[in-house]
Amino acid sequence: MRLSPLTSLTLVALALLLAAPWVVYPAFLMKALCFALFAAAFNLLLGYAGLLSFGHAAFFGGAAYVTAHAAKVWGWPPELAILGGTLAAAALGLAMGALAIRRQGIYFAMTTLALAQMLFFLFLQAPFTGGEDGIQGVPQGRLLGLIDLGQPTDAYYAVLAIAALGHLALYRIVHSPFGQVLKAVRDNEARARSLGYEVDRYKLTAFVLSATLAGLAGGTKALVFQIATLTDVQWQMSGEVVLMTLLGGIGTVAGPAVGAFLSVGLESALATSGLPVPAVIGAVFIACVLVFRRGLVGEIGARLKIRL
Amino acid sequence: MSVQVLSGQLLLGLINGAFYALLSLGLAVIFGVLGIINFAHGAFYMVGAFAAWGLATYLDIGYWPALVLVPLALGLAGMGVERLMLKRLAGLDPLYGLLATFGLALVLEGTFRQVYGSSGQPYPVPEALQGGVNLGFMFLPLYRGWVVAASIVVCLATWLAIERTALGARLRAATERPDMAQALGLNVPLLVTVTFGVAVALAAFAGVMAAPVYQANPLMGSNLIIVVFAVVVIGGMGSLSGAILSGYGLGLAEGLTKVFYPPAANIVVFVIMALVLLVRPAGLFGRVN
Repeated sequence: MRLSPLTSLTLVALALLLAAPWVVYPAFLMKALCFALFAAAFNLLLGYAGLLSFGHAAFFGGAAYVTAHAAKVWGWPPELAILGGTLAAAALGLAMGALAIRRQGIYFAMTTLALAQMLFFLFLQAPFTGGEDGIQGVPQGRLLGLIDLGQPTDAYYAVLAIAALGHLALYRIVHSPFGQVLKAVRDNEARARSLGYEVDRYKLTAFVLSATLAGLAGGTKALVFQIATLTDVQWQMSGEVVLMTLLGGIGTVAGPAVGAFLSVGLESALATSGLPVPAVIGAVFIACVLVFRRGLVGEIGARLKIRL
Repeated sequence: MSVQVLSGQLLLGLINGAFYALLSLGLAVIFGVLGIINFAHGAFYMVGAFAAWGLATYLDIGYWPALVLVPLALGLAGMGVERLMLKRLAGLDPLYGLLATFGLALVLEGTFRQVYGSSGQPYPVPEALQGGVNLGFMFLPLYRGWVVAASIVVCLATWLAIERTALGARLRAATERPDMAQALGLNVPLLVTVTFGVAVALAAFAGVMAAPVYQANPLMGSNLIIVVFAVVVIGGMGSLSGAILSGYGLGLAEGLTKVFYPPAANIVVFVIMALVLLVRPAGLFGRVN
């Protein structure tokens, strides 16, 4: 049997990730994996539907708050808490998406940013989020009653499983008939409409799916790191996920994950350097947009003429 | 409720509205000629406030010279940004312009935050505008009155220059049909660069005016620009007068909310945006594209 380049690379990546906790700090890996899933979910919208959302922090951080609150205050077990956060993100995605898809292009981006900022202020003022302190000391518990999330290595494999399942789901969505229509809408909306596709429905579905998986990433992050704060819902977070996707390659399957690992790695390398991290990230942003628009994976794929 | 409280909050709303109007006007002008959204507009406003503060602190140059020097200098810097960065993105999806200017905003904000921290640098009200007058129904601090008046004059002047002068007509021609305007002998690239510079100068002007009201704070730009985005979505960028009017209108709406239901004051603009999207998706003054 001949494996496609993407399949063989996925197998290699999985093998590396399975062995990684012996070499790299599990906390770093878990953070990178959560962001990888977040960026991949974002990429469903930008890469395959051509919609730039500048408000995805709302789903990531919103789910983090709901998961943290459910686990800490209501005492829900981890799997239910994550599910609750994910569903909350889906509902939020439906509401925000329904409003945002009423405008196109650049207006869409501004609308999502403004709606996410509104949510930021709501979370800032709502009593259950703990304001500036956030929700701290979230109990980790046992996932499915079996896996102790308090053990870093066990928690890492749980996060790896969640991120892998999320990526698998995204891969299936992108390569389904639904995904094909989405690409048609991205490439020529008017033509897709004239062929009889209800464009708005496809966009909204993609928005909700993307929000849901972003929520899964946020809820997971809140549990394993035991904290949900305003940082997760801030506009900078929305920007960061755009950068990860851009860095790895917009519209590639593997790009967002690669971008997330690069970006989280860059941030932890810079954390002790004394350089202003946001300014460096901004400079990377500009450089990517000006000379490196295909991103790392996109560039490699284009050079080798393979789909990654 | 007393008339004083109401009119006091309305004045504060009008001041916020003045900054919304100056920035959304600049965004609309840039959108008109370049087809992109300048995310760094808030950062230029912040740099404007810091430049005024820096001139006063390090060079002992006061408010009035700063009000001229800072917009000039930042306008020139803006032209540099257009030439070095945005020009390379011409013809691409406008989203790339948004992303590049977003990066620029991060660089500017991150640098100022590193140097000055997150707290504000106080800037005094110029001597000539200290104190206030009693209007009978309210006490009007002179500086605040000046901000509202000056912003209205500048907005009107910009609007007149673009809609009613020969230069403005050329600019509009270059916006609508760049190839045709170029064929008729207009230097379209130069026109675009200068226009971008003027819009940045407007933001810098707003920043200098804001320094005595809000202090110079590294975060002031990003806090403002997101609200201005909502203003722009509400007004639509099709018309300049629409951008100006929605700026003042939403500032007033915010002021009113502060009187009647303070907790909602910082989200009211976003709520209005959501309502406008439901009822009139193209925006209040927008044309459907």
